[in-house]
Amino acid sequence: MSNAIIPLLLDSLASAALIFFAAVGLTLVFSVLRVLNVAHGSLYSIGGYVAASICLFIASRQLNPYLSFLALLFSAVGVAAIFGPLIERGLVRWTYGKSEAVQILITFGLFLILEDLQRVIFGVQSFYEDAPMRLLGTTSIGGVVYLNYQILLIAMALLVVVGLRLLINHTRLGRLITAVVADREMAQSIGIDTNRIFILAFSLGVFLAALGGALATPTSGIAPGLGADTMVLAFAVAAIGGLGRIEGAALASLIVGLARVLAIYLAPSLDAVAPYAAMLVVLLIRPYGLFGSVTARRI
Amino acid sequence: MPAIIAAAAVLILTLLPVAAPWLQFVLTLAIAKGFAALGVAVLLRAGLISIGHAMFFAASAYAVAFLARAGVNDLGLLLILSVLGGALVGAVAGSFLVRYRAIFFAMLNLAVSMVFYALCAKLYGVTGGTDGMPVPVPAVFGIALGEPAFKSVLFYLSLGLMVLVGLAVQRYLNSPLGHALSAVHTNEIRLEYLGIPVWAVLLIAYVISAALAGLGGAIAGFAIGRVVPDFAFWTASGHLVLIAVLGGIGGVPGAFIGALFLELLHSAAVTVTDSWNLIVGMTLIIVIMFMPQGVYGLFARKEATSL
Repeated sequence: MSNAIIPLLLDSLASAALIFFAAVGLTLVFSVLRVLNVAHGSLYSIGGYVAASICLFIASRQLNPYLSFLALLFSAVGVAAIFGPLIERGLVRWTYGKSEAVQILITFGLFLILEDLQRVIFGVQSFYEDAPMRLLGTTSIGGVVYLNYQILLIAMALLVVVGLRLLINHTRLGRLITAVVADREMAQSIGIDTNRIFILAFSLGVFLAALGGALATPTSGIAPGLGADTMVLAFAVAAIGGLGRIEGAALASLIVGLARVLAIYLAPSLDAVAPYAAMLVVLLIRPYGLFGSVTARRI
Repeated sequence: MPAIIAAAAVLILTLLPVAAPWLQFVLTLAIAKGFAALGVAVLLRAGLISIGHAMFFAASAYAVAFLARAGVNDLGLLLILSVLGGALVGAVAGSFLVRYRAIFFAMLNLAVSMVFYALCAKLYGVTGGTDGMPVPVPAVFGIALGEPAFKSVLFYLSLGLMVLVGLAVQRYLNSPLGHALSAVHTNEIRLEYLGIPVWAVLLIAYVISAALAGLGGAIAGFAIGRVVPDFAFWTASGHLVLIAVLGGIGGVPGAFIGALFLELLHSAAVTVTDSWNLIVGMTLIIVIMFMPQGVYGLFARKEATSL
């Protein structure tokens, strides 16, 4: 019994970690910019494509395979450095203060553009490069074999939760962000450069999404349509946790991961339904999510 | 004056497939999506944005496929029953969804439609999974038609329905019930104080919009000859909102103009490039940034200056 459950649990924790990367960026961007970025899933898949391309390049040149770990990280940094400021300055900032319909549609337009750009640049074949996963090998505890890479994913997700919390509570930048979230105009009037905060927060969100995509490629590969699938999952997780809440997104990823495991265990054909069903149930009871609140805006 | 323009437009649409037969399929699909976008536009009047209306589009298309499998083989009956099916799904979903506003309404619609999508894709034994279900060619008033003849009948029927249903929806929007929608958008509490139940106003609008989306889905199912779960995927819902906004939320013709514009743009773009979403995405952004009134707004403005 436990021999069957524990690997499944580890699987779900690892997939929860990947969903969390996508969702936490979405929720962070929503919290600071008050824009729901529908193109967020595309940035996740772009991160994946870039990482996979670099890893394949490393493999083809027979460079030190451990470089691929660096490639995962730096592809996320690169994607964030290019797309973060570009999208925020070029597009998203025009939607500040506009209605949600306008924001959703503008970013939906961006989503369509990014999806096709990926198709043009990376083609329609799927990418699969598992060098980082093979390098880490497996661990056997009590006769059950674990992939060390999955443990790395879970550790990375924990690191992000703690890191973001430390960043927001204990650094100057974090306090500036908190001030902007609490009251944008007041923050502006006391001399905080809100534009800079917006660019930084948006780029950080892009970085987290791209990192999630990069970390996901060794486990599941990457194919067209990943962006759209990730988007709606990230959306479900962010909504369950309460839009704008980091810890909420973490808890919601666990819920979605567990819901999937339970579905696989009880009704295998319904595993894809589980995340959305969980989202529906939570939102019907608490439309603002588990950690969200109607009035006070926090981060 | 607008009536004359509309009549001329319908006349042109009637004659187009005679001149260019390949356009018939494109136009049928455009009208189908126009119906669904009109449904989205009805809710937009109340300031509610639904990223889940593809669910009703798909629900009616699946209803057609299921009814056909059960032995119903008449176009009129299939259309009526499937639209009722879409409206029923709308009534069930709407009964709890209309309590929510703004981003919560959008998210819940998305959640419901994705549950529907995942069920359609996963219940292989019932819906055929991602392979979808075939929609056979039905009889029209007891006459069995060949496929080309049926597709023509379908096109002219859709065109006729576009005019009739369009007029009916126009009438609904101009009725007190329709005006109450805009009032919900401006000030909901005032409406409640006037003694008008907001809940009922929105539920009626929701059912109407689901039925419109369903009608579009049924027509699309007949035109394509197959329904697949992708009909209900969230990007399809996004496209419907996109069409509604492209057309401008001003009037009933807007939704159809938006759909025609998009489908024609699609047919033109695929001959040049594979990346037609790129073009659509850019068009959408440009329209929203520079023409908040929608493509329909362009015509409306020209009309105004010519007077």
